[in-house]
Amino acid sequence: MSIAIADHIRNIPRSGIRDFFEIVQSMDDVISLGIGEPDFATPWHIREAAIYALERGRTGYTSNLGLPRLRRSISDYIQKHFALRYEPLSEILVSVGVSEAIDLALRALLNAGDEVIYHEPCYVSYAPTITMAHGVPVPVGTRAEDGFSLRAADLEKAISPRSRALMLNFPTNPTGATMEPEELEKIAALCVRHNLVVLTDEIYSELTYEGGKHTSIAVFPGMKERTVFLHGLSKAFAMTGWRIGFACAPAPLIEAMMKIHQYSILCASIMGQDAAIEALDRGEHSVAQMRQEYEMRRNFIVSSLNEMGLECRSPRGSFYVFPNITSTGLSSRDFCMRLLHEKKVAVVPGPAFGAGGEGHVRCSFATGLPQIKIAMQRLAEFLSR
Amino acid sequence: MMLSMDAIIDLLQKNALMPRDEMARLLNMTTAEVEAAITKLEADGIILGYQPVLNRDKWDADKVTAVIEVKITPERDGGFDRIASRIARFPEVQSCYLVSGGYDLLILVEAPNLRAAAAFVAERLSTIEAVQSTATHFRLKTYKENGAFHSFEPTSERLSITP
Repeated sequence: MSIAIADHIRNIPRSGIRDFFEIVQSMDDVISLGIGEPDFATPWHIREAAIYALERGRTGYTSNLGLPRLRRSISDYIQKHFALRYEPLSEILVSVGVSEAIDLALRALLNAGDEVIYHEPCYVSYAPTITMAHGVPVPVGTRAEDGFSLRAADLEKAISPRSRALMLNFPTNPTGATMEPEELEKIAALCVRHNLVVLTDEIYSELTYEGGKHTSIAVFPGMKERTVFLHGLSKAFAMTGWRIGFACAPAPLIEAMMKIHQYSILCASIMGQDAAIEALDRGEHSVAQMRQEYEMRRNFIVSSLNEMGLECRSPRGSFYVFPNITSTGLSSRDFCMRLLHEKKVAVVPGPAFGAGGEGHVRCSFATGLPQIKIAMQRLAEFLSR
Repeated sequence: MMLSMDAIIDLLQKNALMPRDEMARLLNMTTAEVEAAITKLEADGIILGYQPVLNRDKWDADKVTAVIEVKITPERDGGFDRIASRIARFPEVQSCYLVSGGYDLLILVEAPNLRAAAAFVAERLSTIEAVQSTATHFRLKTYKENGAFHSFEPTSERLSITP
């Protein structure tokens, strides 16, 4: 017999990244600019604190919402860096990465058929996570000429009577887009007018360059009570493997998310939570050092790409560039396949992040400068043929 | 400009040999601007020189390095300075610091072998009138030098493509 898979799961397409990953895995000596995680190991003081916690035998379950001590650190950190005040005991939930928190929020909010709007190109999990929560994904395109920022006018056209929520991710994976506060304020006003809940994934917020200041949509009038602020330790603190994210939202929603979390996950690992306390309390200097390194690599990769004729905007945040490859006459997928086979450099085809990504590829600069240099040289050779 | 001076110094401290055009690309500057900034740092005496970081286990392994704590009697005019510079001028002395705490000068000495190091302490250093006492610690093994690790941690493998 064949086991029948639930309709709403069966119909979710395989991730385009996954196919590509399997090809890259089968090859040797590939330089990959396709990696969406920091190349830095977690800063030593954080690892050392985690080792100490393990030595003391801190190996058990924690409160479902996460260690109270960690929630206080999160609250202080959010207040300091985002000017947002969340109550540690009732408005913060520690999750297994931001991905879990997004899933919890969507499952807690959506009835079957509710629409969730998100901007594209975007992180690969948004549409499937909406579908898995029985919602209807509604993408809104963003444009290269806007630096892939979301226009309030475009958002407004996507709003319908079934719209329940808006998902935002600025700085954006894969485009590096950021939002000007003026446009963000217009979007906030639309959300208030149409009574939308906002899920804002601000995982890359510390990685904002040129001294730019990141603004959360939650700070605008009428927003905090309708916003799920999502953040985590993975990117800025180089802690992907620890799997620690968190959601900050009004207490009744956190309570609902906690129900799902408590029955499906129970709690995030205590080792990760202990490490996260050290990171949030004392990690500022480490983050600043990594940000400086990313910014230099960004400058290097952007000037190299533009020099070789691939039009590339300098991203204001994240650790991705999203150059336009249409001048080669190739589709994104053909470009990536040929570059991989002919020059052993892996970059990710733009359409893996949604339809609007065609004509672009994503290159990560979360890779050491020596590798980036070789990759740029090979890419230039590839283009000159 | 101050910000880019900081950034240039950071880069030079990690690798003084980094090509200037590469530095320029990293900092969004022109090569000429980077070169001018470095020339200025040198002219202003901010950058005093450039040196390789050696792995002593692989080169000149017989060479002896010692850290010496020195107690001295400060002079009525000049305090510690005259005597410190007198000690610092010996070519064996690589570094010499005035420090707070139980002794006054902390000096780093390099000598071709143990006998030469001992001779420096016994015949040169201890015989200076102002020197009250010395305590010599010989280097047994180096774990880190000028920010460079001698044994690197194995780098962990990342997945080759992740979202």
